[in-house]
Amino acid sequence: MIAIVFITVLVLASVAFLMGRRRAIVLAAGQPAKLHSRPNYHGMYCFLMVLLVGWGLLLVVGVGAEIAIDRMLETQVSVARPEASSVERQLIISDARALATGALASADDSLRQSVSERFARFVMWRNWAISLLVLGGALVAAALCLRRISVSFRARNRAESMLRKMLAAMALIAVLTTVGIVLSLVFETFGFFRDIGWRVDKFLFGLNWSPLSGVMDGQLDPDRVGAVPLFAGTFLITLIAMFVAVPVGLFAAIYLSDFASSRARAIVKPMLELLAGIPTVVYGFFAALTVAPALRNTGETLGLTVASESALVAGVVMGIMIIPFISSLSDDVINAVPQALRDGSYGLGATRAETIRQVVLPAALPGIVSAVLLGMSRAIGETMIVVMAAGQGPNLTANPLAAVTTVTVQIVSLITGDTEASTAAGPAFALGFTLFCITLLMNVFAQKIVHRFREAYD
Amino acid sequence: MNEIRDVTALKDTKKVKISAQNVQVYYGDNHAIRDVNVDIDDKTVTAFIGPSGCGKSTFLRCLNRMNDTIDICRVTGTILMDGRDIYAPDVDPVLLRARVGMVFQKPNPFPKSIFDNVAYGPRIHGLAANKAELEHIVEKSLKRAALWDEVKDRLSASGTGLSGGQQQRLCIARAIATSPEVLLMDEPASALDPIATAQIEELIDELRSKFSVVIVTHSMQQAARVSQKTAFFHLGSLVEYGETGQIFTNPQDPRTESYITGRIG
Ligand SMILES: Nc1ncnc2c1ncn2[C@@H]1O[C@H](COP(=O)(O)OP(=O)(O)OP(=O)(O)O)[C@@H](O)[C@H]1O
Ligand SMILES: [Mg+2]
Repeated sequence: MIAIVFITVLVLASVAFLMGRRRAIVLAAGQPAKLHSRPNYHGMYCFLMVLLVGWGLLLVVGVGAEIAIDRMLETQVSVARPEASSVERQLIISDARALATGALASADDSLRQSVSERFARFVMWRNWAISLLVLGGALVAAALCLRRISVSFRARNRAESMLRKMLAAMALIAVLTTVGIVLSLVFETFGFFRDIGWRVDKFLFGLNWSPLSGVMDGQLDPDRVGAVPLFAGTFLITLIAMFVAVPVGLFAAIYLSDFASSRARAIVKPMLELLAGIPTVVYGFFAALTVAPALRNTGETLGLTVASESALVAGVVMGIMIIPFISSLSDDVINAVPQALRDGSYGLGATRAETIRQVVLPAALPGIVSAVLLGMSRAIGETMIVVMAAGQGPNLTANPLAAVTTVTVQIVSLITGDTEASTAAGPAFALGFTLFCITLLMNVFAQKIVHRFREAYD
Repeated sequence: MNEIRDVTALKDTKKVKISAQNVQVYYGDNHAIRDVNVDIDDKTVTAFIGPSGCGKSTFLRCLNRMNDTIDICRVTGTILMDGRDIYAPDVDPVLLRARVGMVFQKPNPFPKSIFDNVAYGPRIHGLAANKAELEHIVEKSLKRAALWDEVKDRLSASGTGLSGGQQQRLCIARAIATSPEVLLMDEPASALDPIATAQIEELIDELRSKFSVVIVTHSMQQAARVSQKTAFFHLGSLVEYGETGQIFTNPQDPRTESYITGRIG
């Protein structure tokens, strides 16, 4: 029902567009240059107005009616059953709603029956109200707009300003979502810090992480929430991954943009990008089932003890996963360096290598740094590969052959573990928030560096 | 000064520096240069003139093998420099370009400091033994390109922050800093005011004592002022080539005459 109204408004708006344009053309009387705005803008103005009024009313009336119906049903139930608890009343109402839509057939109780009948009636009224109000509003809007059209009407300015506001609204939604997420992180993190008696230092610098062992009635022990082993694990694995991904990705990008023939490029680039399409789970079991045993065997022949789960395996496979991000983005920015700069360098008798090192790479540096940063945030946020290949036990070590775990893996096991969510959420949020702060700092820092060393070519 | 140089120039038995024979250039299927034969003399300024799109830049780029960097470009024929084929398989285009410098039609300073721009060539070719020498080369090149006074206080500022005409002169300084034997200049004065143009023309005249200079220009007056030889290109062919005075006062080909008098192009 609501979907139909929604689409009808769209159709009305399109009709208004055509009529608005038509009317502008008629008013111009064969001299289109007389119009302040092109006929299309008049149409656009009508279109946007009808859309705005129609959908706006739909939203307001729909939400309002929903609230009103809820209220009325609740009063009915509480009058009929004053002794019932509020949970019970909610249950009755939801049963009645299900009854009305035919989703529930076996409720013979008379109250439920009568509530359900009233609900069905309300829904009918609501649908009528929505249809009439929304479509009526849209029609009125269309009529008003059409009447406003005149030769000197500034339709373009109005339509454009409306569009601008819509765009701004969309941007605002994105920003507000981010702000909301950050705020909820901050909020929950504060709760966690309160639970550990504001011993933030223990969290940031403590070496022992087992927040849920021996937890009584939600009371966390500050001595067991030291996050250092987790961040060390994340750091170690990310480092290994970047050691693999940055050289391979960057050199691949340089090869692709400056050395490869166009045929080689046409084959190699999609192949590399294919790597980005492999789900991380696949990388995970590739790491656990293929790379890990191979590494263990190699280790044995060399006389090294390699844990069956190790930071090295996870890091290397994660590095492979990140290669396409770095190579593809770097390739784009390297390609964007103008040919004229390369020509200038070749023209002075520079070799390809000299040209790339001294002209192309410095000019592409900002883009390359952001490519690396993007890859790094992928590595920091990656969970699946670590779970499968690096382990789940916090372990403070710099030995890449030992099992470690990372922040994100800990968050997952906290949330999916069988401890009550309200207790487990605190440490998880605190970890998430700290991780967020670290990546943010990293980004700011990198921006600063880029700003200092960048060679802008335009 | 000028008279003395002119006398020595006259005494020189004009040696041929670059000799092009039957040069054809194709961009894919587009036959951009047809059958060009030309001998470019040493210690001479040669001007290439002709209407836009006639292939002046394309031919110029053949002389230092810059066309190698364009995938679809194919060059046939022979181009000899000091009697050796520069397209022979054993010739390294990198070394060739160090000897044949180029100033491009559009200024293309590197996004580096003014100093590093000029020092780029000397650095990669190891022309300076120490920092003082390098600074000397940079200063001398900037002075000869008539840019020194404007930038001497901000050598560490970015070359891309200069005005268009200054960038043009920076590129000229960059090209002469490597002391090439031949200097190819593609419309070096197109973005310059009359004063800077005069300075560049003076530089070209001065370079002639040591190098041979090839200059593409759209200005007849400039060609007449700075060059001793002039080549007129039309639709990819070399229509007429000879002494500048001859070309401008007594052209043999009707197309040359109409271009010079402003009827085609
Ligand atoms: N990179 C290229 N790829 C394909 N075709 C090209 C390329 N460069 C030049 N051409 C073609 O070759 C022909 C000659 O171009 P060229 O740049 O040599 O002209 P020009 O004489 O230098 O003109 P102008 O005086 O405008 O600079 C033109 O038809 C042009 O379209
Ligand atoms: Mg040109």
